[in-house]
Amino acid sequence: MDMKTSKKLGLKERYTMMTRDLAWDTTYQPMDKVFPQVGYEGIKIHDWDKWEDPFRLTMDAYWKYQAEKERKLYAILDAFNQNNGHLSVTDGRYINVLKLFLGSTPPLELMAARGFSMVGRQMVGAGPRVACQMQAVDEYRHFQTQIHSISNYNKFYNGMDEFAHQQSRMWYLSDGKSFFDDAITAGPFEFMVAIGFAFEYVLTNILFVPFISGAAYNGDMAAMTVGFSAQSDEARHMTLGLECIKFMLEQDPDNLAIVQRWIDKWTWRGTRKLASVGMMMDYMLPKRIMSFKEAWEIYFEQNGAALFTDLARYGVTIPKCFAQTVEEKEHVTHQSWLGFYMKPESTPFHTWIPGPDELDWLSEKYPNTFDKYYRPMYEYLDAQEKAGNRFNNKTQPMNCQVCVNTIKYNEPGDPMEMCFRETVYQGEKFHFCSGHCQEIFEDEPEKYIQTYISSHQALQGNCAPEGVDTHAPDFNPGSHIADYWRLDPRATGDFNGSEDQKNFAAWRDLATKN
Amino acid sequence: MSMDLRTISITPLRQTFGHLARRMGADKPATRYMEATMDLQPVENYHYRPTWEPQYEIFDARRTRIVMHDWYALKDPRQYYYGPWTLARGRMGETAGGDFDLVDELGLAAAYPAEGRDLALRVLLPLRHVAWASNINNAYVSAYGYGIAITQAACYASMDQLGVAQYVTRLAIAFDDLESLASAKSAWLEGREWQELRHFVEDLMVEHDWFALLVAQDFVIDGLLYPLLYERFNDKLNAAYGPVFSMLTRFQREWAGETAKWIDSVLKVAAGESPENKAQLAVWINDFRERTVKALTPIATIAFGDKATAMLDEVILQLNTRAAKAGIPL
Ligand SMILES: [Fe+2]
Ligand SMILES: [Fe+2]
Ligand SMILES: [Zn+2]
Repeated sequence: MDMKTSKKLGLKERYTMMTRDLAWDTTYQPMDKVFPQVGYEGIKIHDWDKWEDPFRLTMDAYWKYQAEKERKLYAILDAFNQNNGHLSVTDGRYINVLKLFLGSTPPLELMAARGFSMVGRQMVGAGPRVACQMQAVDEYRHFQTQIHSISNYNKFYNGMDEFAHQQSRMWYLSDGKSFFDDAITAGPFEFMVAIGFAFEYVLTNILFVPFISGAAYNGDMAAMTVGFSAQSDEARHMTLGLECIKFMLEQDPDNLAIVQRWIDKWTWRGTRKLASVGMMMDYMLPKRIMSFKEAWEIYFEQNGAALFTDLARYGVTIPKCFAQTVEEKEHVTHQSWLGFYMKPESTPFHTWIPGPDELDWLSEKYPNTFDKYYRPMYEYLDAQEKAGNRFNNKTQPMNCQVCVNTIKYNEPGDPMEMCFRETVYQGEKFHFCSGHCQEIFEDEPEKYIQTYISSHQALQGNCAPEGVDTHAPDFNPGSHIADYWRLDPRATGDFNGSEDQKNFAAWRDLATKN
Repeated sequence: MSMDLRTISITPLRQTFGHLARRMGADKPATRYMEATMDLQPVENYHYRPTWEPQYEIFDARRTRIVMHDWYALKDPRQYYYGPWTLARGRMGETAGGDFDLVDELGLAAAYPAEGRDLALRVLLPLRHVAWASNINNAYVSAYGYGIAITQAACYASMDQLGVAQYVTRLAIAFDDLESLASAKSAWLEGREWQELRHFVEDLMVEHDWFALLVAQDFVIDGLLYPLLYERFNDKLNAAYGPVFSMLTRFQREWAGETAKWIDSVLKVAAGESPENKAQLAVWINDFRERTVKALTPIATIAFGDKATAMLDEVILQLNTRAAKAGIPL
C-alpha cells in the first residue's frame, strides 16, 4: 500500500484500516486465553486474515442507513396504530398469526442477539468479530421492532399479553427454545453453522417471505413494514453465514466432516421448527399466498439445491434430511394444525376447522395427501363439534428428546404409520420423532439427556405457579398448568364464539358503516 | 391493500403486556423503551448447559460478583433501545461527517502546523486501539451480562467504541498521513509509553466478571482518558494551533458526555442495592483507577509536559466526584 495516498484508498483497504488494522495479537495475555472457545470444537483455522469480509459497512454508514430505516418504520407504525389499522386486516382470524409470531419469534431474535454477541466476542479474527457484532445489534433491532409492531394489537385482542412469561414455559414454544438453546450452548463455529448458515441462509426465506407476504396480503401494514425493514439486515446476515461456511472449509480439509455433520443436524432441526410456520401459511392466513408445499419447493428444494450445488466444490453434500423433508412437506402442516386443534385448552391462540372453500384449497394444493388422509379427519372433527362433542385431548403427549416436538410425524414412506425411535442410554430410554433426531442424540448424548421437556416436567410437578406447594399431599400436577403458563382462558379454544371474534366484528362494523 | 376506515374510538381491553403491568403495578401504557427491554431475557427452563462453560446456565446471574434482586433496575436513563440509539448516532455522525468534509474542503489539515499535527497524532492515533479493546470488552458484557437492560446498553457501547476507533482512524486519513497510523500501531505494540495501558486492557480481556469490565472500561478508563485527552489535550491544541482537532474529535466528546450519564446511573443503582455491592464497586474503582493513572502518566507527559500531573489530578478528582455522586465513597 502506498502510504501517502490515503484519499485514494480502495474500499477494501479502507475497510481493513477501519476494522482489522485496529486489532493486534495480545502479548501480555496469551491469545488462547483471550479467545478460549475457538479450539475445542475441532475446527482448524490457520490464517484468520484469509476471512473475506462479507460486507463493508463502517459504523457511520451503518448508523446513517439504519437511522433512516427506523425513522420510516416508526412513522408507519404510529400512523397504523392511530388509525386503528388492526381493523383493516382481512378477518379476525388473522390476528392469531400475530399471536403465534409474537410468542415464537421475538424471543428467538433475542437469543440471536445474545448469541451473536458471544461469537462477536469469541472469534479470533477481527473481520468475523465485527460482522458478528453488527448482526448482534441488528437482532436487538428485530425483536424490538417486532414487539413494537404487535404491541397495539395486544391492547385489543387476547393471547398476546403474556408472551414474555410464556417464552420459557409454554409447551409449543419449547421447540424454538430448544433450537436456540442448543445453538448458543454449542461452540462459536457450530453456532455460526446453526444460526448464521442453516437458519439465516438455508431456511430464513421460508420463515420471512410467508410472514411478510402474508401480512401484506392480509392488510397488516404494521407487520409487513417491520418485515420488509428487517430484510435488508437479513441480506447482510445471509452473506455472513455463507462466508463463515466457506472460510471454515477453505482453512483445513479436516473441517469438512465436522461442518457437514453440523449442516445435516441444523438443517433438520430448522426444518422441524418450521412446521408451525407452514401451518400459518396453510391454515391461519385468511387470504393465502401460497401453500407451504409450494414455498418449500421454491425456497428449499430449488434454492437450497442450487446453494448446495455451489458448495459441492468444497465437498459439502446436500443435507441428509433433504429427501425426508421433501416427503414430509405434504404432511407436516396438516399434522400440526390438527395437533393444535385437538388441544383447545393449551394455547393462547384460537383454532378452527377450515371452511369449505379452504378445505377445497387444501385439496387442490395437496393432491397426494389431503383428501386421502386429512380431509376425513377435519370432516369428522367438524361433525363432532357441531354435535356438541368438540374434541379435547387432555393426555400428555410424548415428545422427541431432541427437537421436543410432539411425536406425531409419520414413518418415511408410510403415512399411516407413526414414526417412533428410541435409544437406551445409561439405562434410560429416550424417544425420538425421527431417525435424524435419534442420530443427533447419539452423536452427543451427554448434551441431549439434558433437554427440558415440558410434558415430563409437568408430570413431575415442576410446572407449578409461584406460591403453590408441589409437596402438598393433594397437589395435582396437571391442574396448575394453566396458571403456570398464565394462560388467559379467553384466548384459548375455538375462534368461533371467542371474544376476539365478537370484538373484531363489532369494531369493524363501527368503522366501516356510514 | 387499504380499507376505508372511519375514525372511531374504541376502548382497549388492556394497556400493555402483563409483565410490564406487573412491573408498573398497574395496567397503564408502557414506553417503547420498556416494551423493548424489560423481562425479555429467559431466566428459567434452559434446555442445555453451555458446552463452553458447563458450570453456568446460559444466562446466569453468578457471572458477576454484583448481586441484584432485579437486574432491570439497571435502566438506561437515555432510554436507548435500538431506534433512539441509532437515530442519535446517525445525527452525531452527520455532524461529524460535515466537520470532516469542511476540514477537507478548506484544506485545514494541510495548513495545520506540523509540530501540532505530529504531537496530536502521536497522542490520539493509538487511542483507536484503546477503543478497540473497549469494543471487545463491552461485547463481552453484551454476551454474558444478565438482563436486557444492561446487555443492550453494552451492545450499543461496544458498537459506539468501534465507531470511535473508526473516527480516530479517519484523523490520519484527514491529514493524509497513513504512515502515522502505522507508527501509532507500533507505538501501541512496542513504545514504552503505551505498554502499561495495553497491558491493562489485555488483562481486562481475560477478566470473567462482566460488571468489573463495565466499571473498568466505561467508568474508569473512559472517565479518565476522555476528559484528559479529548478535552484538556484538545483545549491545549486549540489554544496553540487552532481548532481543527476540535472539529475532528467532536463525536468522541459528545459521546463521552452522554455515555457517562448512563454508566453513572448504572453504578448508582448497583451501589444502592446493598453495602456489599457498594464495597465491591469501590474496590474495583480504586484498583482500576490506580492502574489507569499509571498507564496514562507517560501519555499525559507527552501531551502536557510538566503540566501532566496537574492535569491528571484534575481528571482523577472529577472521577472521584462522579463516584461519590453515585454513592460510592472511595
Ligand atoms: Fe433477525
Ligand atoms: Fe437475521
Ligand atoms: Zn425430533
